[in-house]
Amino acid sequence: MTAILNAFLIIAGLGAVLGLGLAIADRKLTSPKDSKLEELEGMMPGANCGGCGFAGCSAYADAVYQGKVLPGLCSPGGEELAKRMAQVLGVEVKMAQKKVAYIFCSGDCESTTKEFDYKGIPDCNAASILFRGDNGCKSGCLHLGSCMSVCTTGAIKRKENGALEVDASLCQGCGSCTKVCPNGVIKLIPADSQYVVACNSHEKGSEVRKVCKVGCIGCRICETKFPEAGFTVDQNLATLDYDKASLEEVCKAAQACPRHIIRKRV
Amino acid sequence: MSYIGIIVTYVFISNFILVQFMGLCPFIGVSKNSESAIGMGLAVTFVTGVASVVCWCVYEGLLVPLNLQYLKTIAFILVIAALVQLVEMVLKKMSPALYKALGIFLPLITTNCAVLGIALINVDESFNLLESFTSGVSAGLGFTMAIVLMSNIRERLELKPVRRLFKGVPIAFISAGLMALAFMAFDKTLLYNLGLV
Repeated sequence: MTAILNAFLIIAGLGAVLGLGLAIADRKLTSPKDSKLEELEGMMPGANCGGCGFAGCSAYADAVYQGKVLPGLCSPGGEELAKRMAQVLGVEVKMAQKKVAYIFCSGDCESTTKEFDYKGIPDCNAASILFRGDNGCKSGCLHLGSCMSVCTTGAIKRKENGALEVDASLCQGCGSCTKVCPNGVIKLIPADSQYVVACNSHEKGSEVRKVCKVGCIGCRICETKFPEAGFTVDQNLATLDYDKASLEEVCKAAQACPRHIIRKRV
Repeated sequence: MSYIGIIVTYVFISNFILVQFMGLCPFIGVSKNSESAIGMGLAVTFVTGVASVVCWCVYEGLLVPLNLQYLKTIAFILVIAALVQLVEMVLKKMSPALYKALGIFLPLITTNCAVLGIALINVDESFNLLESFTSGVSAGLGFTMAIVLMSNIRERLELKPVRRLFKGVPIAFISAGLMALAFMAFDKTLLYNLGLV
């Protein structure tokens, strides 16, 4: 009986002494955190998405507090958060453009050809190992939804025809889907951009025609006929410079595109 | 065993990571670049050294006189956790620069089995105070060596074409396994050959 009592007392005593010691040390040693920093940390969205380029919300708050970066990098918090953070610190706001993910592929079961029937693990990276996927087009969306599984806000949804779609209102612009996609089909675009070239294939026009009914063939109509629209064709794929784009011209170019691949975002 | 014998044993023959497979979490987690690997290694060395001494004192001064040796595991866990917390607080107050360098790694070490492992090994080997301290520091140095080697390998792996499935942690585990195989070459005969027993 005394053995049990001894054991209990020793461990309880040890725990109590150490706990008390730590409590005293905590009182004496910790310097109080600056109230501004605490306020900044409190107003973060707490998503810890890493979209700002820091390890998490509190790391970003600390960097802003120390003046290493300006407020406004936080994509989920948006403009409102940047303003509030700037108010606490008493500095000017310089807003980073809010970005959302977009899937640069218009292919679905109807418009693209299949080379074979893939029945392996339903994951894009797994499918990509096997002849770079079952699609005829090797740079398009594999439609297996690896991006859906990494999205923390459930912004990527499957349409009825099997193609995937980003819901821009839910997307936080953290970019984790862009990293998981084996073909790099998903890219971040400014949230206010209206038109996109929804194709990712750098193949020659003739090759694209063989495997896809809608893909960009690099015909350069948008680049040459509408120079104001801000299109450039590089390696058989048109890209739009979102800063230069003038809406009217882009709209005209979209109508002139023989493949109708310059699409208005919904 | 002589002190040099203890050092050789815990740096090479019973290297904590590559032979005994203790403390693998920071070994994989913090070995992405050599700068933080060195920081982590130094933090572990510091903690194993101090923990060895404190745990030896608790064991010999408290548990042995009361015949409660069987409580050593739980007592050591208590002591190590509190000790690491205390060290973190002291560093934060006294030397912010050192805290910046080691601070983020210290909470990781609190529950690291390498630290508990060396405290228990010291008891099993019935080392005296100075021997315990030596074994603690050399276990930490062995850890540092392994993690720094690993970080250099991983820095080079970043530039190599690795299959997407194996990129990052998987290839790191495979490399660690190969390193462990190489370390199997160090065994007790090394001590005899060096005349350290």
